[in-house]
Amino acid sequence: MRTLSGARPPDSGQIAINSQPVTIGNPRDAKALGIETIYQTLALADNLDAPANVFLGREVTAATTLDDAAMESATRKVIGRLNPNFKNFKAPVLRLSGGQRQAVAIARAIHFNARVLIMDEPTAALGPAETAQVHTLIRQLKSEGIGIFLVSHDIHDVFDLSERISVMYHGKLVGTVNKNDVTTDEVLGMIILGKPPTKLTQQDLAELHG
Amino acid sequence: MGVSVPTQAAPERGTQTRIGAAFAPAMSALRSLEVDTRLLGMLGALLLIWVGFNILSGGTFLSARNLWNLSVQSASIAIMATGMVLIIVSRNIDLSVGSMLGFLGYTMAMIQAVWIPNDLGFGHEQPLTWIITLVLGIALGALIGGLQGFVVAYGGVPSFIVTLGGLLVWRGLIFRYAQGQTIAPMESTFQMLGGGTVGTRVGALGEWPSWTLGIVLCLAIVYLQISSRRRRRRYAFPVRPLWAEGLVGAVSCGIVLGVVWVANSYPLPVNVALQYAEEHGITVPPGGLFIPTGVAFPVLIMLIVTLVVTFLATRRRFGRYVYAIGGNPDAAALAGINVRRTIMLTFALMGSLAAISAAVQTARLNAAVTNLGVQNELDVISAAVIGGTSFSGGIGTVPGAILGAVVMQSLRSGMVLLLVDSPTQDIVVGLVLVVAVGHADADDTDAGPGDPARTAGRDAQHPGLLWRRARGRRRVDRSLRRRGRWPCRRQRRRQVDAHADAFGSATT
Repeated sequence: MRTLSGARPPDSGQIAINSQPVTIGNPRDAKALGIETIYQTLALADNLDAPANVFLGREVTAATTLDDAAMESATRKVIGRLNPNFKNFKAPVLRLSGGQRQAVAIARAIHFNARVLIMDEPTAALGPAETAQVHTLIRQLKSEGIGIFLVSHDIHDVFDLSERISVMYHGKLVGTVNKNDVTTDEVLGMIILGKPPTKLTQQDLAELHG
Repeated sequence: MGVSVPTQAAPERGTQTRIGAAFAPAMSALRSLEVDTRLLGMLGALLLIWVGFNILSGGTFLSARNLWNLSVQSASIAIMATGMVLIIVSRNIDLSVGSMLGFLGYTMAMIQAVWIPNDLGFGHEQPLTWIITLVLGIALGALIGGLQGFVVAYGGVPSFIVTLGGLLVWRGLIFRYAQGQTIAPMESTFQMLGGGTVGTRVGALGEWPSWTLGIVLCLAIVYLQISSRRRRRRYAFPVRPLWAEGLVGAVSCGIVLGVVWVANSYPLPVNVALQYAEEHGITVPPGGLFIPTGVAFPVLIMLIVTLVVTFLATRRRFGRYVYAIGGNPDAAALAGINVRRTIMLTFALMGSLAAISAAVQTARLNAAVTNLGVQNELDVISAAVIGGTSFSGGIGTVPGAILGAVVMQSLRSGMVLLLVDSPTQDIVVGLVLVVAVGHADADDTDAGPGDPARTAGRDAQHPGLLWRRARGRRRVDRSLRRRGRWPCRRQRRRQVDAHADAFGSATT
């Protein structure tokens, strides 16, 4: 994930977008290719307000000076879509609640017409109501044709939202399966035992429930 | 130890809310003014200091003469404090500014007093000497500041260490190439930068140019207010009520014109005025001649520097990135900001500001001496910190730092008037510094919930905060222990003993 978003250069292998091989050396490259990332830590500058965070690194300028009014206007629009109750556009994001901070981080990713969205545990820090909001958003983005990598440890989230599931175990890919081909138990087996569904035995599954 | 007892705390809280209710209309008025309350508080503190010293000194402190000198003395520290704000905001520090100032002052003195007149053979008092000197000095400042910044940003050496090294290196270099000599005199136009007088030439704007400057600044303030309102209107954002806008504009213009008025109330020294009258064929009236001095050049330079650095900090990407890096360096890097380049540029800016201050100081002294700028780094850092810049990064303003410099200089100047000796001055300024920072930290803790993940970075930089939180935790521990929920040391020992009895033990 970090390689794809440009935070870390790749050790080996290659990345292809629409079958075209591309190189991603830094976060700027990734964003230029339409890859946006929502980090688990949210990666917000706490001392800046919401518009400054949404446009961080991609500020709107008018004759070389920052156009804060334009950025605030755009931010109001995009955050209004996510959370209509959001009002604090001038306060440093440090003063916002967890859900509002999450909204800022998501707004930053979707405002720039992302083609691929990487979401690292987007609901880990949220309450149930806010989690439901994020789920609605994910479905909406999916229907708009945006490819989403959802990183999650919550098996229900995974089955609710995804089409294909990849399981990593001790830093190695166990396997990638279609959601409709597998049961939750099989995926749990992949997660806990690190075995792909084809190698899982009845005994393994029994132990899981043991 | 102040362990709070609930019965005491309850009525206290009650009175607080009652006071809060009484202040509510004032608070809402303040909010619609949308002014930086922190800056307002500092202005209030400054006013208090001024009025206090004025009473204690029997009216001398707020005389035009003292205020004019105060402004000139503050200028050189204030100029550097603007750059120090950006350095500290981006979670770095520059300890080398005093030595850089000495080194650059020395170099500029050599350029105008030795190299241009003697080595290049152009002779003394050439019309372009001062500007060539100044430009070369600023360029060299940017270069050596940038060099330090390069080592910090690309070499990964902590700025504290790099600039501590710089503090020694630049000071050492002065002795190396000047061999302890004082370089003097400065070229006469260059001397004007210090705000002094040479013959009948005065390092100040004079009466009418000062008024013109004041009026131009007022027009600029009004223009900025109108254009910002218009821009917000275009997006249908809420704007300040008109009375608030008017009040802010009127107060700002009042301050600007007040400064000009004070500067114009300070007359030229008697002998300079007499000489001036002689040259211009003015007959001296019986009551003596009153020629207004006007805004001093060091103050004018400070003003320009403040405007430029404030513009960089608030209206340009560079400034936005500096604050973002200070707020969260990882987030800044993930947003695609070139963190290293930005850090290097802050140090280069600091170097060129040190060069400007060096010009002001050498011009004022009319000489470069080996201990030029010694301990200035401490004054500059103090000014920035008193002005609200936080060492946890991401917080601080340029106007705040200017105010900080003026507050510090006011304290010193006031104590000089009251004949307080210099060690006592140091003690007072030191205490003020600590109290100011302690106060700012208290504000910080109020800012947000104590989410450990979010405050972890702050703790690392802020032993004080960590201590305060640990104290809270100790209190919790104590109350748990009292209720027997938490093993105290004696209970724990009993448990260990019991364990040893039951299972036998190798420990003694």
